[in-house]
Amino acid sequence: MRVSQTSAPAARPTLGLGLAVVARRTEAVVLPLGALLVGFAVFSVFLLLQGKSPAEFFSLVYRGGFGSAFSWQNTLSRAAPLLLAALCVALPARLGLVVIGGEGAIVLGGVGAGFAGALLGGAPAMVALPLMLICAMLIGAVWIGAVGALRHFRGVNETIASLLMAYIAIALMNHLVEGPLRDPESLNKPSTAPLEEALRVGNIPGWDVHWGLAFGVLCCVLAWVLIDKTTWGFAARIAGGNMRAAQVQGLPVGWLVVGFTALGGAFAGMAGFFEVAAVHGSANASLAGGYGYTGILIAFLARHNPLAIIPVAILLAGFEASSGLVQRRMDLPDATVLVLQGFVFMSILISETLYGRFKAFAPERWGST
Amino acid sequence: MSISPLSRRGFLNGTAAVAAAATLPRFAMAASHAPLTVGFIYVGPKDDFGYNQAHAEGAAAVKLMAGVTVVEEENVAETIDVQKSMESMINFDDAKLLFPTSFGYFNPHVLETAPKHPDVRFQHAAGLWTDGMPANIGSYFGYIGMGQYLNGITAGHATKTKKIGFVAAKPIPQVLLNINSFLLGARQVDPEITCQVIFTGEWSLAVKEAEATNALADAGCDVITCHVDGPKVVMETAAGRDCFVCGYHANQSPLAPEKYLTGAEWNWAGVYTGMVQSVLDGGTIDNFVRGGLADGFIKMSPLGPAVSEAARVQFEATKADIMKGGFAAIKGPLSDNKGNVIAAAGQSFVEDDIALESMDYLVEGVIGSTS
Repeated sequence: MRVSQTSAPAARPTLGLGLAVVARRTEAVVLPLGALLVGFAVFSVFLLLQGKSPAEFFSLVYRGGFGSAFSWQNTLSRAAPLLLAALCVALPARLGLVVIGGEGAIVLGGVGAGFAGALLGGAPAMVALPLMLICAMLIGAVWIGAVGALRHFRGVNETIASLLMAYIAIALMNHLVEGPLRDPESLNKPSTAPLEEALRVGNIPGWDVHWGLAFGVLCCVLAWVLIDKTTWGFAARIAGGNMRAAQVQGLPVGWLVVGFTALGGAFAGMAGFFEVAAVHGSANASLAGGYGYTGILIAFLARHNPLAIIPVAILLAGFEASSGLVQRRMDLPDATVLVLQGFVFMSILISETLYGRFKAFAPERWGST
Repeated sequence: MSISPLSRRGFLNGTAAVAAAATLPRFAMAASHAPLTVGFIYVGPKDDFGYNQAHAEGAAAVKLMAGVTVVEEENVAETIDVQKSMESMINFDDAKLLFPTSFGYFNPHVLETAPKHPDVRFQHAAGLWTDGMPANIGSYFGYIGMGQYLNGITAGHATKTKKIGFVAAKPIPQVLLNINSFLLGARQVDPEITCQVIFTGEWSLAVKEAEATNALADAGCDVITCHVDGPKVVMETAAGRDCFVCGYHANQSPLAPEKYLTGAEWNWAGVYTGMVQSVLDGGTIDNFVRGGLADGFIKMSPLGPAVSEAARVQFEATKADIMKGGFAAIKGPLSDNKGNVIAAAGQSFVEDDIALESMDYLVEGVIGSTS
């Protein structure tokens, strides 16, 4: 994936650096938006081939995802875990690592939060909740950080390792909630002991959306600050551009790899914490809800920019929020929204090859023919 | 028809009427002809030859009722998704009766959504409603273990190796009861029969279901049944290995017409139309409903061509016994497969015994472990 434009040709002094920056920023907005529209257009053709009306489809998506207060709350509830899951992909991506196993950190983080919550029964929420959160984040950090460590110290491909570790994580979760951590009262759905009411995370006041959304947005902003405004982020981007060059410069590449993967894993673990504390009330197999995989799509669509993750996650959550309405009104299978996501994903990936190809976005070439 | 000068206000009224006419008819009709909208939510595809198809067949029967509109959603995860799907049906379709059909929807999703919508009835399959839970929740289920017992009788007659096999999802009470019933049915034919069980760990995981079926066939099992969400893979794989099969959830005989003995099926069509009718009539549905063969909650697939005459006779006789009510598959003297006594001589657990809903053992003769 493209991480930065460190090797872009210097702008002509006469045009000024500012213009070049504006042009490149415009390119970064126009190309994904254009790709999104192309994806919609191709999908519309697909719908027409099925004998369905694209206009009806998109109006239902609007109604189901964004058309009313209920729709927005539906969308934002679904966006909450996606924001954190996408960060687990986006942060390592700044180092050039493709980590696709965030699902593993989510489920194990959730189990950690559920187990900690069961142990801390009776403790005041102000103490217990932060401990549960820390437990979930630590587990997530260790799980994905291990992927980074395997990559840096043993040369194991991080994409495959993280994916396979996600399967291990889900198997481990099943073992734990069906075995050692099982609440004997959970008969037909093996789960950890239910959290006390005091240890449940509630909704943002006035909304039917839990606090995970606010934390997700906050984490995206913090991740953006880390990457764009700190020397660590700068070092990570250098290493992402050219690992060997970063090493030659004396940057602590190993620490960066392990640190960024661990931080991404911690965010995914936080998503697991909110699934348990805000949604399920205990840890069980429902934790493997696929958020980690949707997070991959979101991070790529956002081009691994943590701030862009926010609108993209909301957009995709809106698609999912409307999928039920689409099923019911248009008699389309639920996979329809997956097909749409697939077209959009392909379109965005293809658009990656177009950066730098349009003269309009390259002021330094405006003078040439 | 006279032509009058078109005023601006008249034009606006006219366009508004056209716009309203374009969008309203569906909802207006729904309001006038369908006082009741019923929503069904499935955890998997509704044509899975299994759990979800059984419920969708019930929904299809409800669709045919006068004065009822049915809305359906499939592949809805047991996460916040199902809470929002239920609320979406309430908000957009004005649903007043919901059937979230997967077990995992109950706690916490149905339990948390129901109090927010006191005018909506939530009918949940397989949940255990207990006093103190919201009054607008109902839970219902059927004694399908009896169907597996009858499956076992046909299996007991069909097996040559005296080994039958069971592909199971998870070692939870509902599944354990089915495994035990299957073996105990077969042992009515021949007490030497053993049943090997393999747990796949997931409700729907085709690859492992195929592996488990092959492993059972390799181990010498020649009649195989299952309890997973979609039995299609097990049925086709087993028949491909020249094993006989007994169905579960829905009728799978089209998948293996020669090898299919019979099957334990849900009969949700009768149950659902009855529940919807009582809501239409302004009546109430009990919060806790259970039923068996005699109540029309479950049914057996028609016997296949491979079922012998002796098997048919015993099958029909046992079925008649069960229809009388008070039948017990789990009865003493009986031990589990670790040697612990489950029921002393003379002790029995009748099909509607609530203790069966917390079963945690495999009976003697079942090869396998719950953990």
